[in-house]
Amino acid sequence: MQTPSVGQWAPAVVLAWLIPGGGHFLLKRPGRGAVLGASVILMFLLGLMMRGALFQPESGDLLTTVIYYGGFIGDLLAGVLYFLTVWLGYSQPDMAGHVHDYGTKFLVAAGLLNLLAMVDAWEIATGKKE
Amino acid sequence: MPKMNLSHFEASMLFALFTSAVLGVITKRTDRERIHYAVQCFVYFLAAIFGLSWLMYLGHG
Repeated sequence: MQTPSVGQWAPAVVLAWLIPGGGHFLLKRPGRGAVLGASVILMFLLGLMMRGALFQPESGDLLTTVIYYGGFIGDLLAGVLYFLTVWLGYSQPDMAGHVHDYGTKFLVAAGLLNLLAMVDAWEIATGKKE
Repeated sequence: MPKMNLSHFEASMLFALFTSAVLGVITKRTDRERIHYAVQCFVYFLAAIFGLSWLMYLGHG
């Protein structure tokens, strides 16, 4: 089996990262793109409304490094939502309380769900999936 | 951006809803299978939420 070229899948995967659901729209799967986009965007917005904190890369002991770098990558995976949020000056300190804590998890989870959408877009673009 | 205060239950239900929808869309091949799998995941999330909640309640004494 021939290896799919980067040009075949990169536009869809990059678009899927930047705009949640965008990769599926590019690949002419609007229904699936709409569900993925709505889920990721709503989850991210709920995270912001719960005043969740955005992670900054921070190193220290192993657990600190994993949590902060992992959280930062998770936030970053939300694509343009993350960049817009930072650009518009959202800066919420990490505070005690279950609502803030859920908010922080929602922000990271939105990015991780977007990662799943990116993988799905890659599978469709490379012909591994319909 | 309005501020939102959700209970543990509401937040975990919303988390379950969005996660189930994404898992349904990306894992199966037909729309029928996708809906079925999303509902199945949501029910599993619910079972875990209620099960773990009762476990913590009873364990707390």
